[in-house]
Amino acid sequence: MSTIQSIAEENEQHPDVALVERVRGGDVSAYDELVRKYERQIFRIAQHITQNREDAEDVMQDAFLKAYEKLDQFQGNAKFYTWLVRIAVNESLMRLRKRRTGKMVSIDEDLETEEGTVPRDLADWAPDPEQNYNQSELAEILRKTIQGLPQGFRVVFALRDVEGLSTEETAETLGLSVPAVKSRLLRARLQLRERLSRYFKKKTGQAVPQEAGLN
Amino acid sequence: MTCTEFISLLDDLIDNSAASSIRAEIEAHMHECEHCEVVFNTTRKTIEIYRSHDIYELPNDLRERLHSAIMTRCKKGC
Repeated sequence: MSTIQSIAEENEQHPDVALVERVRGGDVSAYDELVRKYERQIFRIAQHITQNREDAEDVMQDAFLKAYEKLDQFQGNAKFYTWLVRIAVNESLMRLRKRRTGKMVSIDEDLETEEGTVPRDLADWAPDPEQNYNQSELAEILRKTIQGLPQGFRVVFALRDVEGLSTEETAETLGLSVPAVKSRLLRARLQLRERLSRYFKKKTGQAVPQEAGLN
Repeated sequence: MTCTEFISLLDDLIDNSAASSIRAEIEAHMHECEHCEVVFNTTRKTIEIYRSHDIYELPNDLRERLHSAIMTRCKKGC
């Protein structure tokens, strides 16, 4: 990126900043716009973490209400969306803790798994493999597959790859280092790939010969 | 480059964040190694599928209900 371009982008105000300013000035309708803009994403993130529809509904409401109450604490130099996501992640973890009757819940749990970075299923997938399933079957496969990931991998994949946050934003949102996010993302991607292979690989007879593994 | 080294650089290749010199090495390995090419293509496809299918869709009626509940409380000062 050229220097001129990056300076221009730095100076360009994100549209959310103006909306936040209006809310701070007492215009509740500006908050209506912010809620409408991000409610789907916040609901999805809450579902990814809590794995429970009712919890996700509660988290979504609580996150937007908390953000509204705390809007004075929002620093204009941060992105409103990532600030909101951080609130939603914390609310989701609190909700999980409640369900587990006070047991601590963190995004670091269940990471001992050694199922890691060595791909085992090396068969190629069918072209457009998702076409072999109808929408609801596919959604079920994708849900079941991602639910099997450890929490700490799932949330990194959801924020970074599904919601499109940058690695740095994901790290900041989760309170993790950038190398930790990178390591979890790689393992999350590879584990999902491995598990989806079961559904998406070419049918027997079309598979790639597997006598040789990775070196 | 070994397959293990390739896997450790896979994300950089997928995210287009590899330096051009490394990228050339990664791509050269992929041309020679069918398995790594499969891993690369299927991992990229994994991400694409999750991005393009909303598995936790918020139905419109529920969205409206939650939206109204949030805004009603905000208007009352929460």
